[in-house]
Amino acid sequence: MSKIGVFVCHCGENISATVDCAKVAETAAGYDGVVYSIDYKYMCSDPGQSLIKSAIVEKGLTGVVVASCSPRMHEPTFRKACAEAGLNPYMCEMANLREHCSWVHEKGDATTQKAIDLVRILVEKVKKNHSLNSIKVPVTKTALVIGGGIAGIQASLDIANSGHKVILIERDPSIGGHMSQLSETFPTLDCSQCILTPRMVEVAQHPNITLYTYAELESLEGFIGNFKAKIRRKSKSIDEKLCTGCGQCTTKCPVKKIPSEFNEGLGKRTAIYVPFPQAVPNKPVIDRINCTYYIKGKCKVCEIVCPTKAIRFDQEDTIVEVEVGAIVLATGFAVKQPDFFPEYGYGKFPDVITGLQFERLASASGPTLGEIRRPSDGKIPEKIVFLACAGSRDPAKGIPYCSKICCMYIAKHAMLYQHKVHGGKSYVFYMDIRAGGKMYEEFVRRAIEDDGVNYIRGRVSRIYEKNGKLIVKGADTLLGAMPVDIEADMVVLATAGIANEGSEELAQKLHTSYDSYHFFSEAHPKLKPVETNTAGIFLAGACQSPKDIPESVAMASGAAVKVACLFSQDELTREPLIAMVNRQAAPVYSSCVGCFLCVSACPYQAIEREEIKNRNGEVIKTIAKVNPGLCQGCGTCVAFCRTKSIDIQGYTHEEMYSEVMALLNDY
Amino acid sequence: MSAETHHSVISGLAGEILEHTGVKASHCYQCGKCSAGCPLSEEMEYPPSYIMRMLQTDDPVMEEKILRSFTIWVCLTCEMCYSRCPMSIDIPKMMDYLREKSLKEGKANPRAKHIIAFHKSFLDSIRTTGRLYEIGLLVDYKARTFKVMQDMILAPKMLVRGKLNIFPELIKGRAGVSSIFSRSNKKNKKII
Amino acid sequence: MTLGLYPGCSLKGSSREYTESVLAVAQACGIELVEIEDWNCCGATAAHNLNKELSLALPARILSLAEKQGMNEIVVPCAACYSRLTVTKYEIAEHPELNETITKANGLEYTGSVGILNIIQMLDKYVTPNLEGRIIKPFEHKVACYYGCLLVRPHEILKFDREEDPQSMDELMLKAGATPIDWAFKTECCGAGLSVSRTSSVGRLSGEILKDAADRGAEAIIVACPMCQSNLDMRREAINSYLGEKIDIPVLYATQVLGLALGLERKALGLQRHFVPVNI
Repeated sequence: MSKIGVFVCHCGENISATVDCAKVAETAAGYDGVVYSIDYKYMCSDPGQSLIKSAIVEKGLTGVVVASCSPRMHEPTFRKACAEAGLNPYMCEMANLREHCSWVHEKGDATTQKAIDLVRILVEKVKKNHSLNSIKVPVTKTALVIGGGIAGIQASLDIANSGHKVILIERDPSIGGHMSQLSETFPTLDCSQCILTPRMVEVAQHPNITLYTYAELESLEGFIGNFKAKIRRKSKSIDEKLCTGCGQCTTKCPVKKIPSEFNEGLGKRTAIYVPFPQAVPNKPVIDRINCTYYIKGKCKVCEIVCPTKAIRFDQEDTIVEVEVGAIVLATGFAVKQPDFFPEYGYGKFPDVITGLQFERLASASGPTLGEIRRPSDGKIPEKIVFLACAGSRDPAKGIPYCSKICCMYIAKHAMLYQHKVHGGKSYVFYMDIRAGGKMYEEFVRRAIEDDGVNYIRGRVSRIYEKNGKLIVKGADTLLGAMPVDIEADMVVLATAGIANEGSEELAQKLHTSYDSYHFFSEAHPKLKPVETNTAGIFLAGACQSPKDIPESVAMASGAAVKVACLFSQDELTREPLIAMVNRQAAPVYSSCVGCFLCVSACPYQAIEREEIKNRNGEVIKTIAKVNPGLCQGCGTCVAFCRTKSIDIQGYTHEEMYSEVMALLNDY
Repeated sequence: MSAETHHSVISGLAGEILEHTGVKASHCYQCGKCSAGCPLSEEMEYPPSYIMRMLQTDDPVMEEKILRSFTIWVCLTCEMCYSRCPMSIDIPKMMDYLREKSLKEGKANPRAKHIIAFHKSFLDSIRTTGRLYEIGLLVDYKARTFKVMQDMILAPKMLVRGKLNIFPELIKGRAGVSSIFSRSNKKNKKII
Repeated sequence: MTLGLYPGCSLKGSSREYTESVLAVAQACGIELVEIEDWNCCGATAAHNLNKELSLALPARILSLAEKQGMNEIVVPCAACYSRLTVTKYEIAEHPELNETITKANGLEYTGSVGILNIIQMLDKYVTPNLEGRIIKPFEHKVACYYGCLLVRPHEILKFDREEDPQSMDELMLKAGATPIDWAFKTECCGAGLSVSRTSSVGRLSGEILKDAADRGAEAIIVACPMCQSNLDMRREAINSYLGEKIDIPVLYATQVLGLALGLERKALGLQRHFVPVNI
């Protein structure tokens, strides 16, 4: 026997200005099953809530309808109040008389009648409501961070410092990412490696962080708080415990001409190599594609010279299985090689280089030890031209979006050039200057005003080589699109920032969304930048969209906090408004016939199979089962189910039907 | 005189161009790559990207200037701008349209007199014989431009090398070709 | 085998040597080229500059005639005519409503069934596959292959080779025994239709082209367009006057080079008709 209480709120004047609240309460009092019905000025206030609580206790209410604002505003408020008075919170429903009624209609009888109808249908629904309890899911308090660039490093340190364990995996032989390739960072012109390497070392030494480099994610199963990951540790061909990082092997390796990835092809490395001197871990790996032993079965010089006998040619990949509760994606970005611009001659003329290659030239640990020299003949360029938007903002040949960081690093490059080559002349061909961060605009002005960089607004049509010089044919659009031709010694192209290779495959392994550019998708572009639509997976850094270092670090710390929040509880509480497959007594067990259409319908992979066995362990029936940790309550499975065996708690067929019928029937 | 887009109506010359050529002026973000690569830009008073900007202003004064410009006549339709434009704006197609409109409205730039005269003489020749008769073309051209000494030295050199036909080649379907011209003329107020 | 031929006005007059070399090479390789009967001028630059309908109707008439005369494929040695015909075919295919207007104007049916080949495509398809052992006098010279504007642009319509640094003519020259050089003005405009009305512009544009080729050691410039040949050859005086120096590099058609390599007579290839003497 239902005992419903109806509480109509005036919401100051928001509702009462258009709806006759007293009449609504009066009408509701006459409904079957309603034992208490009042109206009040501010239901959400302390006295208002007290009214509800005392009514529950004094009248023994079994259900409550609060007719006020949108549930998005105050559902938690009123449900909490009911719970405090001893009524199951899911027996409290809200009729939205504000956003759905008073705010969108004129004052009048029809409006009041609509308000009356809204209350009536919810009274009928509440009569069918069941008590529900929050779901508890256990949490494994270990985080997996995928990607060891600055974002991954920051996230790992933050999570580790909050007292939880972190497993950090990085597919290159060392952590550091693109930031380790930079010479100096804007806007402070700090030496990039100087500020990065202390963090890299901290990661390596932190007791809570397990670092696996030269490793990738092999597969992932499970759900938030309960993931099972398989990590493939690629064979480095050395025994890391024995290796001391002395470097004898890399010095003696006879294969010396492999283009260095770290130096963006401008320098060479050996087959057994450490990517850069400050690498963490500072232990080499053997590049099996180029190593003579793996190609021809000969050499083995490294094995001979190694003082600790750490070389292991027969070493195989190993798979490590770990259990984690949360994952942070920090796989960074890649640079789009500008060979799709044949008019610029990248790949044809050695002195046309990318921005990242320029970083390596400018870097003190680079192939030219920090001197800007032409790759073709090693001379110092006296005239250098920088091209902005070489791939970005280019729907015809490149990508349509802006890569955000190039305006700033071009200014930086030009400044570094002027600092290193005092008599040199630098030119920047730009379309716009995007310098929105802190101290960024001032930085660009410094380049123009103090360091004498010539900024020309216009794009370059083509570059060709003549007598050792690069002829750059551009235009100055601020001077009536006047042609500007420059005979340059070197040209630097500001390339587009794109998603890293393998992003699509990784996203599919994780069942997380990505966009058409293969950047990982955030849950909400404005309000949820570090979360994904997959519970338990968070984003940090440029893998979500191109961004600079401060933003990547901020995002990484944000993701770390989300993880720490998750780990601050031993169990996760989730709203019980999820799908459930019905269970009945033997011999039926469930009306579910095991067609598993729901499994294919579920966008969250939240439905599993459950075997119902008899006492002998024989399987009688296999039915669907909803994983309460993953289900988001979208209801797609309910629409698919042919036998009506699956239902959303709190929005069951019965409850929704009674709402509709109450609306259709004259009362 | 206007073209509808999702939320707005593009009026004026830009709207006309959108309707007849599919070129949308708002696509141009003034990068200048077209002007930088245009072989004739140093001879134009308004290089191609400048013309695009003038079109974007939706200003009748600018539109007049475009139609009366020398640019549109010295443009060779070499298609270099279109092949390099990051927004794939079909400038050559737009130039063809502007030329036709300029002539129709009697706004052709006086500096383009010789260029237009050459085109007209060329077409006159085909209309009469169906194929180009070079001597006829040159005579017609000189009559229009009074450049009597034009290529006088060249003509005998060409003759000697067998490159000049003394007599025109008259095709059988001359009437058919001529009628194409008259149909177009009827529509376009006899510009050719 | 037989192929339709659309010579166009230049090949019949000021660029007679081009036709001669095309026919000579075709004959030597057993290809019969049948001229489209009663063909008209395609309208060239003049038509599309002044009147859109005319610029489509004139080429459509040519294609309709070729259809009517049972030709599956035609070769169009002139790059400008090739461009006009291909663009017309494309425009009518993209906007079928044009077909009605054009057919009314022409009084001829048009189905768009004729395949259009430029000279390089024709040679690549029907000549070079059978060149094995037939090159008796390899053209052992350094050559700069000049493509001009209309062979490779706009790529989305012509779908031939590539817009930047094309290679099809270079490869053809390699097969003829020549050494094509890498240079910077392969597709820069020569000045096209301004030959008569604004010769100084041609002097400048063609001058830059010639200078770059000469600086890089080219002994000849190879072309596949009569307009380009005319500007680089016939207008050499204007070029020399712009450059302030005399350059005497000859300008040959790709078919002339091929003809020489096949051992054909110089006179048959029309080499005596050039303004700049062909001394190689």
